[in-house]
Amino acid sequence: MKKIGLSLLVASLLAACASQQTTEQATQQQPTTQTQAVVDKSGADTAGKYNPLTDPKNILSQRNVFFDFDKYNVKEEFTALIKAHAGYLNATPAARVSLQGNCDERGTAEYNLALGQRRADAVKKAMQTAYGVDAKKVETISYGKERPVAQGHDEAAWAQNRRTEIVYSGEAKFPKQ
Amino acid sequence: MKWFRFLLVSMALLTGAARADIAIEIVGVGSQQYPIAIAPFRGEVSLPQSLTSVIGNDLNLSGLFRVINAGDMAPVPYQPSEVNSQALAARGAQTVLVGQVGQAADGYKIRFWLLEAATRRELIAMEVTAQAKQLRRTAHQIADMIYEKITGEPGAFNSRIAYVIKHGGRNELQVADSDGYGAQTILTSKEPILTPKWSPDGSTLAYVSFEKQKPVVFTHHLQSGRRVAVAAFRGNNSAPAWSPDGSQLAVALTKDGGTNVYLINAHGGAARRLTFGGEINTEPSWTPDGKAILFTSDRGGSPQIYRQSILGNGAERMTFTGGYNASAKMSPDGKLMTFVARDNGAYRVAVMDVATKQVMVLTDTPDDDSPSFSPNGRMILYEAVVDRKRSLAVVSSDGRVKQRLRALAGEVRQPAWGPLLK
Repeated sequence: MKKIGLSLLVASLLAACASQQTTEQATQQQPTTQTQAVVDKSGADTAGKYNPLTDPKNILSQRNVFFDFDKYNVKEEFTALIKAHAGYLNATPAARVSLQGNCDERGTAEYNLALGQRRADAVKKAMQTAYGVDAKKVETISYGKERPVAQGHDEAAWAQNRRTEIVYSGEAKFPKQ
Repeated sequence: MKWFRFLLVSMALLTGAARADIAIEIVGVGSQQYPIAIAPFRGEVSLPQSLTSVIGNDLNLSGLFRVINAGDMAPVPYQPSEVNSQALAARGAQTVLVGQVGQAADGYKIRFWLLEAATRRELIAMEVTAQAKQLRRTAHQIADMIYEKITGEPGAFNSRIAYVIKHGGRNELQVADSDGYGAQTILTSKEPILTPKWSPDGSTLAYVSFEKQKPVVFTHHLQSGRRVAVAAFRGNNSAPAWSPDGSQLAVALTKDGGTNVYLINAHGGAARRLTFGGEINTEPSWTPDGKAILFTSDRGGSPQIYRQSILGNGAERMTFTGGYNASAKMSPDGKLMTFVARDNGAYRVAVMDVATKQVMVLTDTPDDDSPSFSPNGRMILYEAVVDRKRSLAVVSSDGRVKQRLRALAGEVRQPAWGPLLK
């Protein structure tokens, strides 16, 4: 754990967010970014600055690319979503994303780990080849079937779990270093 | 359906036996059941650990034996001359185990006899010494001797299993005796732990841990607790498999794009790529001669099992039926291959006769994973969903005997059966 260097104001704002964001992440950032992180988490406009990533009306708030069973090709319906995130990454020098591939619970854990990686790689490839996103801004990881968002054992749950999540740096799900 | 847990509990009350962390339930029996009478050994009640309850439980769990209690005979036989053939015949016993325990300089001296019930002919007559803490192991060894004498095949009771228990957000890698007793936690993590694999000498586990926010392969020496991140390349590191001589690990890496199988030294170091073709090549396991690996690949358009020499790169496809075959392992004699096959939408443990390519599905559970053979090749330990909970299960490689190993709490995953203990 890094040393705690937060101002009381920011610390109380963070606490008020009731988020999963760790103190460690917050302390790694500069004070201005800390304020930004608060905006990110709450979705509120407290800093007077509009954040497209958390605006429910903005396509950038949509973070999941869903896949068919046992498949890792990106379906056409997600073209607009990927294009929007690619555009944001190209326009925002500091932005970094983690593309996190996931699977439903069926099949072996190890095969799903590999399949989840292909799902993450497929989204990265779409961002790079179609929209020229700098590869250094994009990391991929697979959680296989280890991190389901839906806990059921039917197609409705499985469909939600077969996904690549787009996670920006500073967000709770972004991998810690 | 029999519940041996009740038997275990009642015996534990009498003898102060070790606590079981996993309860075992037998849901089928072998085609051939050998009726064996077991008399408690003289002096056994003073031991910190009962021997005959462990022996009887082992033989019961194999599904091949029917254990007949001879503890209520009058008098209880403790040596061959005290065996009453007529009384045993009336109880249907074919063989009988009798014995005695005495003090030795450094623990206990155990003498025991396995006799043909009708003739009192000696099948086994042995004397062993054991320290107090070795008594369970000694009992498993005696069970293995009896199993081999009567069935003609080596036993596998004196071995351990590894698995991951998940309670809420906590993952615990544990090892236990093959009967579920003596569980020890090797590693606790908030992040997933996958694919534990035993080194051939049983001293070390290799596994995948997400503790560094991505999958990394560790080796973990059980006695010293020493851990080494042996595969921590860029991207994913997963699916470790020890070579039969313990010197190398096959692993699945994504460092060069796609998922491919590589070989690394068991102490770490550079990786030599083995597979080329398809986007996914994973779940390597070694053939018993150490000359080839089995692995799962999507190169043919669906996950199928392939075999490839570790020297060449020509892969031979092994599975042709069904759209999903994965997680293959060869039996110790190389005659059978077990794997997970999709069967009418369910994922089930199957075996293939390697010579004839004949496939038999062994289970009826919906989402099996991680099948591994017992050291004698007779049983297959795997992960199954039972009553909506992930649990361990065992099926004989002929499909006739089934056991469920139910954790007392949490979900149990990713089992691996270890080698026979020395």
